[in-house]
Amino acid sequence: MQRNSNHRKLFTKAFAATAALAAGLIATSALAGETLDKIKARGVIKVGVGTTPGFFSPDSSGRWQGFFVDFGRAIAITVFNDAEKVEFTNSSPQQRLPALQSGEFDILLSGVTQTVSRAFKLGFHFGPVVFYDGQGLLVRKDLGVSKGEELDGATIGVQSGTTGELNIADFFRKTGKAFTPVTIEETGEFLKALDSGRVDALTQDATDLAAKRTQLSKPDDYVLLPERLSKEPLAPAIRAGDDQWLEIVNWTVYATIQAEEFGITKENVDTFLKSEDPAIKRFLGVDPSLGEAIGLDPKFAYNIVKAVGNYGEIFERNVGKGTALNFERGYNQPWTAGGLLYSPPFR
Amino acid sequence: MKRHIQPGPSGPGPVSRLRSWIGPLPLQQGLLFVGVLLLFAFLGQNTADSMHRMGLTPGFAFLSHQANFEIGESLFSYSAGDSYARALGAGIANTIKVAVVGCLLATVLGVALGIARLSGNLLLASLVHGYVELLRNTPLLLQLFLWSAIIHTLPPPRGAYTFLGSVYLSNRGVYLPSLSVEGLPAFIWLSVVALAVLATLVLSRRLFAGSALYLPKSAGAVLGALALCYLTLTSLGFAASVEIPAKGGFNIRGGLSLTPEFAALLIGLVVNASASISEIVRSGIQSVKSGQWEAARALGLKPAQILRLVVLPQALRVITPLMISSFLDLTKNSSLAVAIGYPDLVSVANTTANTTGQVLEAIIIIAAVYLSISLAVSAVMNLYNRRVVLRAEGKR
Repeated sequence: MQRNSNHRKLFTKAFAATAALAAGLIATSALAGETLDKIKARGVIKVGVGTTPGFFSPDSSGRWQGFFVDFGRAIAITVFNDAEKVEFTNSSPQQRLPALQSGEFDILLSGVTQTVSRAFKLGFHFGPVVFYDGQGLLVRKDLGVSKGEELDGATIGVQSGTTGELNIADFFRKTGKAFTPVTIEETGEFLKALDSGRVDALTQDATDLAAKRTQLSKPDDYVLLPERLSKEPLAPAIRAGDDQWLEIVNWTVYATIQAEEFGITKENVDTFLKSEDPAIKRFLGVDPSLGEAIGLDPKFAYNIVKAVGNYGEIFERNVGKGTALNFERGYNQPWTAGGLLYSPPFR
Repeated sequence: MKRHIQPGPSGPGPVSRLRSWIGPLPLQQGLLFVGVLLLFAFLGQNTADSMHRMGLTPGFAFLSHQANFEIGESLFSYSAGDSYARALGAGIANTIKVAVVGCLLATVLGVALGIARLSGNLLLASLVHGYVELLRNTPLLLQLFLWSAIIHTLPPPRGAYTFLGSVYLSNRGVYLPSLSVEGLPAFIWLSVVALAVLATLVLSRRLFAGSALYLPKSAGAVLGALALCYLTLTSLGFAASVEIPAKGGFNIRGGLSLTPEFAALLIGLVVNASASISEIVRSGIQSVKSGQWEAARALGLKPAQILRLVVLPQALRVITPLMISSFLDLTKNSSLAVAIGYPDLVSVANTTANTTGQVLEAIIIIAAVYLSISLAVSAVMNLYNRRVVLRAEGKR
């Protein structure tokens, strides 16, 4: 979800770029361990999030809910063994990176796409990819289209200023097919173009399209094609230079992935405490040697699964089949099920 | 423009001219000038440094690079493999297209409405009054969204309204049979034909003025000119043919098409500008003294003749300068196109800025193009204004 709004207005962008530079100059690079010390002193983790229902949005009582929000809670469990010692703040795509750089946040869980320029030029480090996103195509079901290539000669809505404009042009050039773009800046108009039949398909990051689909007048008439035209790996972002904090983020995410691989869920986690499998014993802290070695609560993985569940549960609860977003797991499955989720061993 | 020169011992001459240009406080003026220069130098240096740090090279070299994005509609052929310069050219052409057609239609509609407002018919006058108030007191962007929504309610291509089997009306646009000349782009032969017709019209007005059967003679001349154009083209080896649109694939193909975005933007701009133009026309007509009407009526002229021969020529003195700003408004307002999906200059420049990171250059290009268009429009209109203005000194 970097982009669509990433590019709204030229001036905003120019301003944000300048702000990012200024922030980069002012903020001295964080020293190892500094972030965790600050968090411990403050007693709460500050997390920057976005606003897309399913991924991050406050519910009717003002409590933040969503896929990325759950990972924020999981990190709070690793640090404090308390899922509530975390504070979520909405930050716009233009503002979030400068805000992280200047110390306003300890971590961004706002669906930042991991890129080389963000790592080298802007000074950010990324945790493990928590969501493999990519540019998708949202089409009317009755067109009978199952993949992008079949859209030869179609009219496709693109939200202006996005990398989506380039990806869709590349895609059709590569396949030797033709299309007509209708490039619209305003989100409401963008959706109306599909709703009214002005365009045959919309293209945009798949997560965004899944959320937008729910805003159409008849969501069930539309289908998000499984094909992805680009890579958008969404990962937690932190300031570069704090190895300890990075590892805490890394292993919190890995714990949810590893739990799913083991088949450990929120419901059945207690039954696994009696498991004879040495790997599971280490993972859940029944065998405390691993925890002692790494300086974390030996039971942090158990606590995370007990409180928020494994990766699959987090996914299904927030964006999966039963939800309004109705997202396919796709690449976001454990490697054992043919997906891309892979946790290094807990040993 | 005459510069005001203070009378004094120095008298007119290059030195006093320079002095009057600098003003009565030369030292302060000089300091201010240097200050402004320094400020710009500082801002420029700062910008260049920032861009350097982000790995951007200031400059316009990117214009020759491959653009890699598609544009929905273009007056000349453009595809994703072409350069940024060509993409921006397509955007500029789209802006000029909607501005030129928009100004012409807004003038026609605006003049008609302005005259209707002053007609003795109370119902008509108050309807126009309501129209003008409604349009001038709501935001243009909102009006554009409305027109866009209205056009989107037309049926999709498969259920398009069809007239005579060759005109299609759908939410993908209006499709008309088109004339095409093999091997010649439409805008070349169209402008040649348009020029020929215009020249014939002007000539026939001179030749047949005052003679009987003015209209049939002029029409004959125009038809003759068209036939001549056709014969010249075919004798030069260009085959002209009619292309009829037909349904195919996802869409209707062939023929001349007007996209819904262009239509929505054009209607929105024309309707919006016609409201202010009608007010301008009204005030222009009202500025003509009622004695002129009475005198013309006493001569036995019909109302339409009075308007055309007596009142409008005098009203134009008031109308023309105001029309310039209406035209410029319309042209600049066309940049709202980006919201409803018409690929105008701003839309293309926006994409260019985002894909190249050359935001500053993109803004400079946008500013330069709008400035050039505005200056060109006002230069042409000022030329025209000089023709209609009351020549106070010369004749009277």
